[in-house]
Amino acid sequence: MILYDKVSKFYNGDRAALAEITLQIEPGEFVSIVGHSGAGKTTLLKMLFAEIVPTEGAVYFGTRDIGGLSSRELLELRRSIGTIFQDFRLLLTKTVYENIAFAMEVAGKDDEDIQADVPHVLDLVGLSDKMWSFPHQLSGGEQQRVAIARALVNQPDVLIADEPTGNLDPINTHDVVEILKKINDLGTTVLLTTHNKTVVDSIGRRVVTLEQGRVVRDDKHGKYIL
Amino acid sequence: MSFWLTTKRVARYGLIGFIRNGFVSLAAVMIMTITLFVVALLLIAGSALQSTLALLTDKVDVNVYFQTEASEEQIQNVQRSLEALPEVAAVTYTSREQALEEFRERHKNEQLMTQALDQLGENPLGASLAVQAKDTSHYETIAKFIETQQALPDGSAISKVNFYQNKTAIDRLTNIINASRTAGFATAIFLFCASLLITFNTIRLAIYTARDEIGVMNLVGAGRWYVRGPFMIAGVLYGIVASLIVLFVLYPVAAWIGPASERFFGSFNVFNYYTSQFPLIFFVIVGLGVGLGALSSFLAVRRYLRM
Repeated sequence: MILYDKVSKFYNGDRAALAEITLQIEPGEFVSIVGHSGAGKTTLLKMLFAEIVPTEGAVYFGTRDIGGLSSRELLELRRSIGTIFQDFRLLLTKTVYENIAFAMEVAGKDDEDIQADVPHVLDLVGLSDKMWSFPHQLSGGEQQRVAIARALVNQPDVLIADEPTGNLDPINTHDVVEILKKINDLGTTVLLTTHNKTVVDSIGRRVVTLEQGRVVRDDKHGKYIL
Repeated sequence: MSFWLTTKRVARYGLIGFIRNGFVSLAAVMIMTITLFVVALLLIAGSALQSTLALLTDKVDVNVYFQTEASEEQIQNVQRSLEALPEVAAVTYTSREQALEEFRERHKNEQLMTQALDQLGENPLGASLAVQAKDTSHYETIAKFIETQQALPDGSAISKVNFYQNKTAIDRLTNIINASRTAGFATAIFLFCASLLITFNTIRLAIYTARDEIGVMNLVGAGRWYVRGPFMIAGVLYGIVASLIVLFVLYPVAAWIGPASERFFGSFNVFNYYTSQFPLIFFVIVGLGVGLGALSSFLAVRRYLRM
C-alpha cells in the first residue's frame, strides 16, 4: 500500500507544486495520473523513491515512512520499485545486457541468476536479438523496452512509469501500454503519468487528475478529462 | 552481498569504463602524464640542487695554522677540543711535512720557489687543521671558539686563523645556499599544487560528463561503492598508465642529458640518479598517480551521489 498523507511541496517561492495531497493506492492497482504540465505529476512520483522530499506531510510505502529511511533502507526501497521515464535513462556506455544485469548486480543477485534472468526478461519485451547492442544503436521504442526490462528484472512491487510513451510513435506506444497492462495483471502495482488520452482511455482503470498541485478528480474507472 | 563479488564487479566496470570512454580516458591520461612528469622533474631537480649545494658547502673550511715550533700534543689537544664542538663536522690534520710536500707539489714548475726552499734548509711551514662545519653559518661560532682557545696554553701555538679573510665569501655563499633552498622549495610546492589542481579538475570534468549515468545508477538503487568504485578504478588506471609512460620516457631522456648534467652540476648525473634511485622514483610516481586518480574520482563522484 502506498499512502500520501497531506503531502505538500514548495520549490523556491510560494506557489505549491503539490498542495495537501492525500492519496491511497492499494497493491495491484493500475493508477493513471493525468494533468497539465506543471500540475505536479512527476513530483508526486519522484517522492516515492525519495528523489524529491515533501516539504510537509509524509509518504508511506507499506508501513514505512519514506522520509525516515536510512540510506541503506532507501537503496532497498529503490530496488523494490521499477522506474521508466520518457527519456529512457539507460546507461549509455553499457550494452543492453549490462544495463539489465547492473540492476540485478546492485540488488546483490549472483551471477547464475543474472545469466538466466536477463535473456528471459529481454525475451519478454521482444529484444533477445539486441542483447549486445548499445543504447544508441536502438530505436526509441527499443530503448524504452530495455528500460522496462530493467524495471521488471528485480520483480518489483511497484512500477513507476513517468510519461513512458512521450517520445514514442503510436505503434510503440501501444506495445508499451500492453506490456504495462500485462505486468499489472501479474500483480505489480503500476503508477503511470501521461498526456496521452488514447492511452488512458484504453486502460480503463483508476484515473487521478491533478490540477495546480491538487487532486481534482479520482475515478475508479476513469477517462482522460482535463 | 559478498565483498569479493562486489569488488570483482566494480573492477570489471571500472576497466570497461576506462576502455569504452576512450577519448575521456586519453585526455585524463595525458594531463596526468604531464603532472607526473613535472613531479619527476621536481624530484630530480631537488636532488641536483641538494647535491650541488652540498658540494659547495664541502669546499668551504676554516684553517687553523700553527707556529712551526708547536708541539704535536698541543695540536692534538686543539683538534680534540674542536671535534668536541657540536657545530663541527670534521677536522683534518695536515702535518708540517705534508704541508711542505703539498707546497712543493703546487710550485714544482717555479724554479725560484724550489730553490729558495732548498736554500732555507729547514721547513718554514707550520702544521694546520682544516675545520669543516656542519653548516656554513656555523663558521663564525667556530672562529670565536678558536679565539678563546688562543688564550689557553695549547692554543697559544696557533699563529693564524683564516676565517676573517674568507668571511665575506662564506657569508655570501651561505646566503646563496639558503636562498636557493627556499626558492627551490617554493617553486616545487607551487608547481606541485598547480599540476595537482589541473589533474583534479580534468578528472572532475571527465566525471561531469558521466553525471547522468550516475543519476541512473542512483535510481536503480546502486550503493555508494557501486557507483563510486568503477570511477575510482578508472582513476587508478589513468594513474598507472600515466606513471608508466613517465617512467618509460624518463629513461632515454635521463640517459641523454646524463653526461651534460654531470658537467653542469659538478658531480650530479641525472642518469645515475635515475637508475640508482629508481625504486624511490617508481614508488613516488606510481603511488602519486594511483592516489591522485582514486582520490580525484572519489571527490568528484561524491557531488552526484543522491542518497
